[in-house]
Amino acid sequence: MSAKRKTAAREIFALGAEAVVEGALLAGCSFYGGYPITPSSEIMEGMAERLPRTEDGVFIQMEDEIASLGACIGASLAGRKVMTATSGPGFSLMQELIGYACMIEAPLVLVNVMRGGPSTGLPTSPAQGDVQQARWGTHGDHSIIVLSATDVQDCLHMTVKAFNFAEKYRTPVILLLDEVTAHTREKITVPLAQDLEILYRLQPSMPPEWYKPFEETVRGVPPMPPLGSGYRFHVTGLTHDDHGYPTQKPDEVVAAISRQFRKIDQFFFDIQITDEFLTGDAEVGVVAYGSVARSAHLAVEQARERGIKAGLIDLKTLFPFPRAAVEGLLRRCRTVIVPEMNMGQISREVKRVNPGTSTVWTINRVDGHIITPKQILESIRKG
Amino acid sequence: MKPDIQIDRFEICLSGLGGQGVITLGKVMGKALALGHGFNVAQTQSYGPEARGGASRTDLVISTRPISYPKTDKIDLLVALSQEACNKYYPLMKPQAVLLVNTTLVKQIPTNQYLGLPFTEMSIDRLGLPQAMNTIVLGAVTFLLPFARRSLIRKSLEESLPAKIVDVNVKALNMGYREASKAFGQPPAIWAAMTVADNGNGDTEKAAPKKPTAKKAPKAP
Repeated sequence: MSAKRKTAAREIFALGAEAVVEGALLAGCSFYGGYPITPSSEIMEGMAERLPRTEDGVFIQMEDEIASLGACIGASLAGRKVMTATSGPGFSLMQELIGYACMIEAPLVLVNVMRGGPSTGLPTSPAQGDVQQARWGTHGDHSIIVLSATDVQDCLHMTVKAFNFAEKYRTPVILLLDEVTAHTREKITVPLAQDLEILYRLQPSMPPEWYKPFEETVRGVPPMPPLGSGYRFHVTGLTHDDHGYPTQKPDEVVAAISRQFRKIDQFFFDIQITDEFLTGDAEVGVVAYGSVARSAHLAVEQARERGIKAGLIDLKTLFPFPRAAVEGLLRRCRTVIVPEMNMGQISREVKRVNPGTSTVWTINRVDGHIITPKQILESIRKG
Repeated sequence: MKPDIQIDRFEICLSGLGGQGVITLGKVMGKALALGHGFNVAQTQSYGPEARGGASRTDLVISTRPISYPKTDKIDLLVALSQEACNKYYPLMKPQAVLLVNTTLVKQIPTNQYLGLPFTEMSIDRLGLPQAMNTIVLGAVTFLLPFARRSLIRKSLEESLPAKIVDVNVKALNMGYREASKAFGQPPAIWAAMTVADNGNGDTEKAAPKKPTAKKAPKAP
């Protein structure tokens, strides 16, 4: 497009939502199907402005969230990297198709900017109430990757990560932001695409007549050619065999479902991202994610100033739950505090993996305001 | 550009009514301080679901270190453009923090240690454009902040606005700066340590009054 070739990373002062747009474009997103909803609309606005200016970018506003995700799945099968963004009520509408995408193993990125709920709730206020919904919202036993981001620079990097995971593991990836993260403006550096690791889905190396769309592979991820490229395809939400045709034979069903789990389960080391801050000698631990992790970061700094050995694990991957990192913290600390803007969703996971060596405390807030460093500091001092 | 002074969490809360342009004001200021001045800036916003009339607020945290908590923890500068905002956020101020109020709309001020200008009145009477009120505030805040350079704020303002309203807004910015310097005399002495030496970048008139003379609390106009 531009005559001058960009040769350096640029600095911009951008919203978290705008950083998601930058990240998506760097990762090679070329299709966005969406329906606007506060507080995720800025992502859609950004994509509407930027995507049509890219080489083969397509932006489409659908009639609702169900159709939006449907359009994304279709474009994904046609070989595109796709994204959509929504918030609570729209996320509920998308649940059925998330399961469909899991079943047909369509790579896609779904950004959910969480707002107060249930129902219409608090449209302009932050919350973290969709955490368990992101994991278990769609029906049936399924495996899925759920990521979160802390600050604006992180929004860009986690969006790129989300695309990479979607492509590498052929799965829907949900990026959970909250209103504070999406609506914070900060100075960020937009790197050049060549400086980032960008992954693409595996393409078949065999001739079309040998190709089986859902064949077992070493990584558990079958190659995925775009529709119309000469390879035969059959796509159905029914449990299917290697060829993509519906099956009820127990051995084929078990093979299909367990491969869908295994393709993610055997790569925990790659997928589970956490950021540890002063956890080495910590006696009181904090486990947080999203914007609350920033409050926790300041609280831990303030506690250290007061001589309390506090530490923080910032969860960038929420599911598959980063058990190893959190279990390590639970073994070292006498108390682990889990602050979150819901009635206790990640704290359930922390309690689940607690080997019994630590007391787990929760700080819950559902009034549409972010948990303050002061609240967390008070808990740390009691811990 | 690298800032030549150290700031550790300087917190500004801009608050008012939806429709007063509070968030635009924060965006322009944040952009100038982040990209022009080179500070780390986190600007967050909170507002109600109404298009106009609800409470609206934006927080700016300015630091030369990485910023953890992006909202205000203890406010250094509170700008209250409505009575409701003044009542609500006044208790969150640091001791000796500076309160700047819009005296047109804030009639009951909880302290006598404050700075005030009739921003709404000025925008209507002198510009005939109530929408430019936020830019007048921007001018006044630029005067108050010892580390803000008017030329960089103006550049950010020009970049952020559509071309047809740039002129009137630059006028409003200069008016706010001028009126603030007339009414307040000097930027608050408690921030004197954060004063930047002017490098002759176009706003020389600011350099002179910025030199701290004596310890003085911000005074009422």
